[in-house]
Amino acid sequence: MEEVKLYGFGPSPFSYRVIWALKLKGVKYEYIEENLPMKSPKLLQHNPVHKKVPVLVHGGKPISESLVILEYIEETWPENPLLPKDAHEKAMARFWIRFAEDKYPTLNTFFRTVGQDQQLAIKEALKVLQILEDQALGNNKFFNGNTVGLVDISFGWLAYWFDCIEETAGAKIIKSNNLPRLHEWIKNFKQIPVIQENLPSRDKLLAYLKTKREKILSCIFIPNGH
Amino acid sequence: MAEVKLFGSSGSPFSRRIEVALKMKGVEYEFIEEDVYNKKSPLLLKYNPVHKKVPVLLHNGKPICESVVILEYIDETWEGPSILPKDPYERAMVRFWVKFLDEKLVRSIGEEQEKAKEEATEFLKILEGTLSGKKFFGGDSIGMVDIVANFIAYWFMIPQELAGIDVLTKEKFPKLNEWMNEYLNCSIIKENLPLKDKLTALFQARFQAFAAAAAASVK
Repeated sequence: MEEVKLYGFGPSPFSYRVIWALKLKGVKYEYIEENLPMKSPKLLQHNPVHKKVPVLVHGGKPISESLVILEYIEETWPENPLLPKDAHEKAMARFWIRFAEDKYPTLNTFFRTVGQDQQLAIKEALKVLQILEDQALGNNKFFNGNTVGLVDISFGWLAYWFDCIEETAGAKIIKSNNLPRLHEWIKNFKQIPVIQENLPSRDKLLAYLKTKREKILSCIFIPNGH
Repeated sequence: MAEVKLFGSSGSPFSRRIEVALKMKGVEYEFIEEDVYNKKSPLLLKYNPVHKKVPVLLHNGKPICESVVILEYIDETWEGPSILPKDPYERAMVRFWVKFLDEKLVRSIGEEQEKAKEEATEFLKILEGTLSGKKFFGGDSIGMVDIVANFIAYWFMIPQELAGIDVLTKEKFPKLNEWMNEYLNCSIIKENLPLKDKLTALFQARFQAFAAAAAASVK
């Protein structure tokens, strides 16, 4: 079996997408923590275009971009499939995976804003979440049906990072009464052993987010910015 | 009743991508032209409720949305020349570059042309680097990256030309220029591009609309 390495960063939900997929498939890998914002020479060598984590290196060959890595993992280790077999259902899964990617900034804008801007950002985030609630989840336990799949993994950050982001930014967006299905999905997702056992420390994440938000806000309030 | 329908727009690069792919596989389909600027059809809104955009492929009554998702679906569903390679690592590379193209270059749509040129120059340099020793991004024949790069050939170049900007010079981008020649001469591409003057007229009309709106808002 060829060697598998993963370059990641503790607080990054994107790194965890890859960890979850590898663990769900029982793939053994070596994890290398990057000390961001410093980037190691290896990381820059393996991802010269974006210079970001996560990067998966399989048999010496690097793959970048978490969602590209997920598809690669699915195709390389077909046991415990994370995508539907049926072509149309697979296309629907890919549609929602893209949606997760496209809407990630919208769902995070409230973290980078205050006051009226934040109120607006919260409204926009709610619109996106309502689409997930009404159209993506349906009556299933998971986005993938009865078992987790790549769509769940793509939205996985909503089940853990999101409430830390809410707490740091002083907002409460996903509640049990406004988005009941999503709320339930969050509970179910976190109960999966592989997920439960592979989450960053909440305290460390909160500390990281607090510093991050302080930095962002200090830029907003400096008159000329930088 | 046609088994395969495509809701699209002749001026849309995303829609044209799908036509290239269907033609590559020899799939017969019914094309439904949507009036995307003025009035989208009830069927389009029904089949793509989330984004309300073209293209939408309808196969046996089931809709598929998002051009890149549709391209993967077409490759998996019909025999014929491959749109994506078979090897998982090569497929990952294709998906990486497709994402790169869509995110970096397509975002320049509607941006002020000088700014678009600056941002694009950096990304075009990276793309130029990937063409070493290859006729197409897909190798000897067109693949998914080439199909998705249709954007560069027309939808990026024409607004730049209209603004009098010469971004894709032969000196700076010799390989991309060669690629564009081969690409635009490829019959399957040639037959699936809008008429250049039609597209130019479309862009000119949009610029005029933007300029009028900008002037109106200054008042």
